[in-house]
Amino acid sequence: MTAPALETRGLCKAFGSFVATNAVDLRIAAGSRHAVIGPNGAGKTTLVNLLSGLFRPTSGTVHIDGQDVTRLGQHERVRRGLTRTFQINRLFADMTVLESVAMAVAERQGLGRRFWKPLASYGAVMDEAAQLIEGLRIADAAHSRTRDLAYGKQRIIEIALALASRPRILLLDEPAAGIPTRESRELFATLADFSADTTILLIEHDMDLVFRFADRVSVLVGGALLVEDTPARVASHPLVKEVYLGTAQHV
Amino acid sequence: MTGVVSPMAAPAALRGAGAWKPAELLFWTLPVIGWFAFPENLPLLTQIAITALFALSLDLVLGVAGMVTLGHAAFFGVGAYAAGMLPAYLGIGDPLLGLVAAAAAAALAGALTSPLMLRGSGLSQLMVSVGINAMLYEAANKATEVTGGVDGLPGVENTPLFGMWSFDLYGRTAYVYAVVVLLLLFWMARRVVRSPFGVSLRGIRLNAARMPALGVPVNRRLAVVWTLAAAYAGVAGALLTQTTQFVSINVLGFDRSAEVLLILILGGAGHLYGALVGAVAYMSIHHLLADIDPEFWQFWIGLIFIVVVLFARDGALGAAARIRDLIRNLILGRGASR
Repeated sequence: MTAPALETRGLCKAFGSFVATNAVDLRIAAGSRHAVIGPNGAGKTTLVNLLSGLFRPTSGTVHIDGQDVTRLGQHERVRRGLTRTFQINRLFADMTVLESVAMAVAERQGLGRRFWKPLASYGAVMDEAAQLIEGLRIADAAHSRTRDLAYGKQRIIEIALALASRPRILLLDEPAAGIPTRESRELFATLADFSADTTILLIEHDMDLVFRFADRVSVLVGGALLVEDTPARVASHPLVKEVYLGTAQHV
Repeated sequence: MTGVVSPMAAPAALRGAGAWKPAELLFWTLPVIGWFAFPENLPLLTQIAITALFALSLDLVLGVAGMVTLGHAAFFGVGAYAAGMLPAYLGIGDPLLGLVAAAAAAALAGALTSPLMLRGSGLSQLMVSVGINAMLYEAANKATEVTGGVDGLPGVENTPLFGMWSFDLYGRTAYVYAVVVLLLLFWMARRVVRSPFGVSLRGIRLNAARMPALGVPVNRRLAVVWTLAAAYAGVAGALLTQTTQFVSINVLGFDRSAEVLLILILGGAGHLYGALVGAVAYMSIHHLLADIDPEFWQFWIGLIFIVVVLFARDGALGAAARIRDLIRNLILGRGASR
């Protein structure tokens, strides 16, 4: 049996006395689209931060393709094929879209330490950046400064930067947060095109999107995993209805 | 890879690939104009070129990479002393060897201090830089046998440049030498900031938190640029030693660190040219004000800084760009701005 693309064993994270992640054992099979849902404050983003290496766990381990990466920093995990997006955009306001995507592509191609030839003269980098931008249908904004773009466009750049590193495993932290439903549908359709053989872990609030996009769903409550199953069975699971979908109706 | 060049990649490759713009070429005629216009003032113009190189060095770390430092004179001073000790103690008076030694010594100091600078960011970085500067100053003050302490290090004798041009009384050789070194190092810096490495430094300044998620080892990149900038500052210090044939302990002064920061902000940080424009503007204003009002010139300098910060926060270059856009809009009508 092959090792799962991404796995956690007994993953815990405590901030003082508050336990944000509690003994999470997650196994994400290669090529799957795995959603993590849960009420606000369930520890979803903390989990992404632990997986991507932004946080160090209090205890437990993180494995990529069976290899322990718990002690590796973010950039080292990116080089092993694990990339994330952020719930709140982390972009380069004063760069044009093409510049920032080209920068990300250059880093993936291992050119980040080259200090003599201009970035724009690396044809393979510029071509790949241009293709990615066209593929995400933001070519008309390629030469605009990021800060001048509408929020929906910026959200796509957030994803473009992650895709530029050609991840094998992509962690999407509420990629559609703050954009209208119709646009988020388009966004997910594009994502599906672009990452046919990418393993995806998705954090998302919109249940319609989750049930459409994901093939596995884990429910996180109070930092611990409650259920993991197919979207259909999770939706009808009595415990899930009670703690998650149930509370959602009260809001 | 399809090999098909996208329609939008091609113009970008041409635009950004580093061709010198007419305005840049025009700028670099200034040193030539200076030579003919102010033959009596070449030592001052040499000082301006040296200050410009020092400010350029600061721009690499502060303007481009976003590292905060108020102790950059540390590396200027290391370079100045290295270039002074080589002839004074070892009898090696070749100016170019002096520059290389100064760059190496300052780069070493940069490499050694970079872990300290990378422990924090913002104000804590500023504190560390001030601390490094202060410690080096006191070390130089204490080690009188080597540095001459407050009396300075005399006896810096340079052999002629390339064995041909000796440093004359009028400062002609010194001026050409300083300007050529400045141009060369500027050209290199200009290449570096457009390279993938340089763009990643800008990325770190704009959003340091995102860069690791793109696979970038942020601290390693910052350590490299810190070391590079230290070497640049060291060369600037060496030029001062060689063109004045003396090392004063003021090369390590806190005043110098503060002054170069003000110069960079005055000119506009992050574009390289801001460092040069700032140096020319500051040194000229300083010179003129000290002539007009020898007692209170610092008052006027202070006033100018406040006006710049209030009305042109991004310095002379930023103000110039806005005036340019304004004029363009007036001529071409609305909607013509970038």
